[in-house]
Amino acid sequence: MNNRFLIRLSLALLLCVLGNSAIGQGLSIDITDGSRTADPVAVVPFAFEGAGLPPETDVAEIVRADLARSGKFFTLAKRDIVEFPTRESEVQFATWRLLKQNYLVVGRVADAGEGALRVEFELFDVARQSRMLGLAISGQRTGMRDVAHRIADLIYEKILGVRGAFWTRIAYVTSVGLGQNTQYALMVADSDGFNPQVVVRSREPLMSPAWSPDGRKLAYVSFERSNSAIYIQDVSTGSRELISAQKGINGGPAFSPDGSKLAMNLSYAGSPDIYIMDLATRKTTRLTSHFAIDVEAAWMPDGRSLVFTSDRSGKPQLYEVPLSGGDASRLTFQGQYNARATICCDGKKIAMAQGTGNVYRITVFDRATGTYSDISPGNVDESPSFAPNGSMLIYAATEGSRGVLYAVSTDGRVRQRLVLADGDVREPAWSPFRQR
Amino acid sequence: MNNAARILVSVMLVAGVAACAKKAVKTDGPVEQPAVTDTQPAGDTGRYKVGDLDSDSCLRQRVVYFDLDRTEIKPEFSAQIACHAEYLRQFPNARVTLEGHADERGTREYNLGLGERRGNAVQSAVSAAGASMGQLNVVSYGEERPVDRGHDESAWAKNRRVEIVYTSAN
Repeated sequence: MNNRFLIRLSLALLLCVLGNSAIGQGLSIDITDGSRTADPVAVVPFAFEGAGLPPETDVAEIVRADLARSGKFFTLAKRDIVEFPTRESEVQFATWRLLKQNYLVVGRVADAGEGALRVEFELFDVARQSRMLGLAISGQRTGMRDVAHRIADLIYEKILGVRGAFWTRIAYVTSVGLGQNTQYALMVADSDGFNPQVVVRSREPLMSPAWSPDGRKLAYVSFERSNSAIYIQDVSTGSRELISAQKGINGGPAFSPDGSKLAMNLSYAGSPDIYIMDLATRKTTRLTSHFAIDVEAAWMPDGRSLVFTSDRSGKPQLYEVPLSGGDASRLTFQGQYNARATICCDGKKIAMAQGTGNVYRITVFDRATGTYSDISPGNVDESPSFAPNGSMLIYAATEGSRGVLYAVSTDGRVRQRLVLADGDVREPAWSPFRQR
Repeated sequence: MNNAARILVSVMLVAGVAACAKKAVKTDGPVEQPAVTDTQPAGDTGRYKVGDLDSDSCLRQRVVYFDLDRTEIKPEFSAQIACHAEYLRQFPNARVTLEGHADERGTREYNLGLGERRGNAVQSAVSAAGASMGQLNVVSYGEERPVDRGHDESAWAKNRRVEIVYTSAN
């Protein structure tokens, strides 16, 4: 993909609905390729029909922003909305046909008792003048962002036939300060970057967060013992276990798809190799044995093989090895430097950081066609992580003296910067689906 | 690494240290003492005394820099390697942690591996020059602890390094 932006839309959205830590957060969306069509959808602001104060959260605006960020939809700007229906009886389809909208979302918020709110919403097919979906979700006032993401998921699934992944979370690492005064933190936020929460804070480096498949735990690397060590921590309770603190490198944790095993790279035998720990028995077996650097194992969705980075051919490239052991086969032959695989879509697509000279971009490799598509502009882009439905990726980039995160649609068409904190932000890991 | 390669690397490192020691002395103008002429290591104990770590111009040099993606020790660091090796040989209870680092380019876990390779290269060189392996602990920080957060060659060059950190002086 080229770097010329055919259309560049910068929507400065003032969101006045935020918790303390996110006040002033600006979001901008780049549409990098306007030649392809996305489905136009209008999300009309939801009416408040309750007794007390309306919620601080603009539910419809969050739904709209989610759909826009996915790259599958082009959302109607608020200023272009001329009618404000709140239910089916108020919808005049001719208006929305005139505005060239394929879909229409309306809704209203009412009291649900004991301080909770009930959000009712309806989705319409404008051409067919028919209702596709009509549902209600209740939640506490403070949980309205979650409700909005769940509504966006349902709309996404109804239209596209694929489960939405907006009601998910991202883990990432921040660092603030220089030298001995650097503070590191492992954070978890909503998939759009809001509601950031500290999971671990440390004066020593933190690295490589990885979600358990049930979304309850994070494995990560911490240097608090004066060397790298791997921990698994329960995100909600904070309780944690030391998993590996061998001599040398303890890095690159990755849960197997069934959650029973943890892949890691350990170097105590001489150079980093991939090892598999059975989490029930704590028995560890060695999967690769090579004097090269073997790191960054990622599980294939069927759990029967892993993709990892190795420089056994000189420069880092991706290899695949069966869980049962045996020889690794090389997967990537294009590009000088291919590393840090993230896998989606039944293993059909593998995204990686691809380096050419000093430029590192995120590239998606389609195994069926053997093609590579750049989905980020560089120069220092790294740590791609697929959303659980494969529709988007999140990755880390560097802008000036700080690191930022970008969410990008898997086709590279829509890219959104998530500004999460001061200082450096990196190593995002997209959570699995949350349990409904 | 197989044994043949290991031996070859060690031989190259020793040869490098020996070959370059003189050059380093020549270029170091203001050095008061000929810190490095360590081509006949046996016998002459007592060159360094406790406290020299803070005062000796060679021992005070604690950072070895590397070229991009490389783990070979460049000739200009041979003198530094040799004097630390000599100090460690003289003080068998002294302990050093070799902290390996990489620049920001490339992925973080791979860079941990690269930092460790650099730490191991310094460990082999210092050990080949007289220290015992048991005195030398290697820890890699990859790209996690930059000394310069810039994004250009001058920042990267400062970050590709092994720091020699004494955890016990004698």
